[in-house]
Amino acid sequence: MSDMTSPPKQSFKFSMLLYDSRYRGITIQIFVLVMVLGSLGWLAGNAATNLAALGKPLRFDFLGDTASYDISQRLIDYKSTDSHGRAVLVGLLNTLLVAFMGCVAATILGVIGGVLRLSNNWLVSRLVAVYVEIFRNIPVLLWIFVCMFTITAIAPQPRDFRGDNATASMLLNDSVAVTNRGIYLPEPLFSRPLGDLNLGIFNMSIELLVLLVVLFGGVYAARWNNARANRIQVETGDRPDTTWANVAIIVVPLLAALLAMGFHIGKPELKGFNFKGGVNMSAPLIGLWLGLTLYTTTYIIEAVRSGIQSVSKGQSEAAFALGLRPGRTMSLVILPQALRVIIPQLISQYLNLTKNSSLAVAIGYMDLVSTLGGITLNQTGREMEAILMLMAIYLTISLLISAGMNWYNTRVKLVER
Amino acid sequence: MSNTLSFVRTEMLPQKTPPASSVGLQGWLRENLFSSVGNSILTLLTLGFLALILSNILPWVLFGIWDAGSLTECRAMFAERYADGREYACWAVVTDRWDQLIFGYSFGNLHEGLYWRPIVGLALILLALSPILYPNLPRGLYIATAASIFLYPWLIWGGSIWGPLTLALCIIAAVFAYRAVAKEVSSLIAIPASLLVLGVLVFFAMSPVSSGLNAVAPIELQPVPSREISGFVLSITIGIVAIVASLPIAVFLALGRQSNLFIVNKLSTGFIEIIRGVPLITLIFVATILLKYFLPSSVNLDPVVAVMVLVTLFTAAYIAEVIRGGLAALPKGQYEAADALGLTYWQAQRQIILPQALKISIPGIVSNFISVFKDTTLVSIVALNDPLGISNAIRSNSDWNGIVWELYGFIAIVFWIFCFSMSRYSMSLERKLQTGHR
Repeated sequence: MSDMTSPPKQSFKFSMLLYDSRYRGITIQIFVLVMVLGSLGWLAGNAATNLAALGKPLRFDFLGDTASYDISQRLIDYKSTDSHGRAVLVGLLNTLLVAFMGCVAATILGVIGGVLRLSNNWLVSRLVAVYVEIFRNIPVLLWIFVCMFTITAIAPQPRDFRGDNATASMLLNDSVAVTNRGIYLPEPLFSRPLGDLNLGIFNMSIELLVLLVVLFGGVYAARWNNARANRIQVETGDRPDTTWANVAIIVVPLLAALLAMGFHIGKPELKGFNFKGGVNMSAPLIGLWLGLTLYTTTYIIEAVRSGIQSVSKGQSEAAFALGLRPGRTMSLVILPQALRVIIPQLISQYLNLTKNSSLAVAIGYMDLVSTLGGITLNQTGREMEAILMLMAIYLTISLLISAGMNWYNTRVKLVER
Repeated sequence: MSNTLSFVRTEMLPQKTPPASSVGLQGWLRENLFSSVGNSILTLLTLGFLALILSNILPWVLFGIWDAGSLTECRAMFAERYADGREYACWAVVTDRWDQLIFGYSFGNLHEGLYWRPIVGLALILLALSPILYPNLPRGLYIATAASIFLYPWLIWGGSIWGPLTLALCIIAAVFAYRAVAKEVSSLIAIPASLLVLGVLVFFAMSPVSSGLNAVAPIELQPVPSREISGFVLSITIGIVAIVASLPIAVFLALGRQSNLFIVNKLSTGFIEIIRGVPLITLIFVATILLKYFLPSSVNLDPVVAVMVLVTLFTAAYIAEVIRGGLAALPKGQYEAADALGLTYWQAQRQIILPQALKISIPGIVSNFISVFKDTTLVSIVALNDPLGISNAIRSNSDWNGIVWELYGFIAIVFWIFCFSMSRYSMSLERKLQTGHR
């Protein structure tokens, strides 16, 4: 009987690697690992042989060479005598710029559109549905081309603004010029400038730094003020009104700082063949931004719609029973709960938009692909390094975005339940 | 007692018709468009907006010219027909070049009379998909599905039919090898063994056998070089190849990502996340620029095939996530029941898990197909001639220099018809599966 309760000790046999489920997993994993490493090694070996045959060993020192091409749309200082590395940085910032602008615009339009899609006004909800179906089922590259072409074909040329019988005129009190080369916006200028802070890679304007410090100080003080109001409310039951005090705490120091630095607005002016001064958003940037926004908005509309529909009807009925108006019901009751469904879809749309911004290369916006994977690659002939770097940078951006949004997502979840 | 009840009606009153303001057209308008002041304003604003857009676009579309030889002819006809001096659509470019946009150079202008090949190919694909998309159809159609995998490339690329047929025979032989080894030795050894058999057959036996068969019975189509496959035929071919070839890869990746085996799990997850983290255009660059470095210098790589390989890997990562969703959505009892029956892992996957998981993944796979189909426009960036690439070529012709909207409009409409119908199908399927499954 004792044999029944304690099974006989088995010695290890070679066949157990295949037939014993305890060891089989290890066999399979080792087999897979060997196969994968073998194929990767084969690919890498081929690449090493081929690159050596061409005399192009894997080296990244081309990033230090002179770029010698111009980038008109840029966020940091750059001239054609700078290095390829700096050109890549300019391109990366341009990618991030258009991705950020696109995400913000698509979110705003998408939320508005998603709410309108569920409007009880038949015409409005149909119109949004038609918009979604039209824009979603046509490739985004086509939309980018269409937006780009619309700008270059329909907007007036800079020379149309010239002379006494100009056919085009600037908007908003001569401060905004819409031309087929881009949009020129007024820029903030300071008559008593504080100079720039050299951060090594780029120069940070000290005025902006001062304004940011003042703004954050104001927000921090306003939060302290709110905490004080909470304390008083807990002690006495009366909450002092903080609205105006908070507005004053934030706005007054900001205005004072602006006045002290002599803030004024610099308008773009027509000089020579083009506008000078002001902030320039080049036509490719606007075309790409519009195209990406219009396309991604449709997905966000659907995300918002499904999110709102996922909130049970009882919630809105309860809110109406409490006497909340439809607008307040939406913003206070339904949207906060719908966010749980919306945010994950929003994350993937932000990721898609950022990745789709690589289509900039098709219309000549100098983003990461156009600089690193385009001109730099063609000038230096470093295909392997350039494309691997390109993929690594995009992978990093994607992972960062999804990590950040997932962090936000968990916070939303915790707040809710 | 009885005098306390003053009046009790003994017969029913006839039903009154509802007030005129709540039925019919008037009622509908009132409820759906003018239910409140705000709604009325919204309606009027929307109507104004619509009127503005349509009044600008519709005349341009409708008064366009369909028969002209060039843009200058179109402009002359506008001036002749309409006194207002405005320009309307010159649809003549579509009449002139639609065959190039749809069939590309390969089946359009260069080789007259080859239209039937992509058309038959597409019909074959639709026939092949029908048993998967509409489960009520007879099972026998799966033979068409299997056949079309080999016949579609033959129809597009041309050449001898014996090449695809011997490849099919090699695969059938490998399947028999798998069965035999699995029965005699072990199903675990059978997988590498059958792959080995397949590799040996493909590398050593395929080309002599197919050329021998071709010498005996030459059944050949006029070969079409990959570079000449263009237009919507190129988009559809890339899309179909990507989806069909990526499905098996995606199933293994999804199973790998769900697996308990540490190394398998991490490898699958890493592959999926890396591919999903980079834009498709960088993978297309890899295909056209880098892939030749990763292969021995003796291999002469076709750019279209290289793009198809990378688009396939890209699609596989996305579909793997869809299938993983399907696997995760299955009730746990299904897995436990399979274990309780004593099925091995592969038996359980094949008989119980995958049929159900794949079935609920079909809508997701269809929407992935839609996005791959739309993404095929990216190949125009690397100078392959998808419809957008062809539209550039048409524009560089002096006859049609300066024409933009008409070409974009035509391409957009074709894409829209394909994608919209597929998304409608996917949605209806989703609705059907929701009630069927839960």
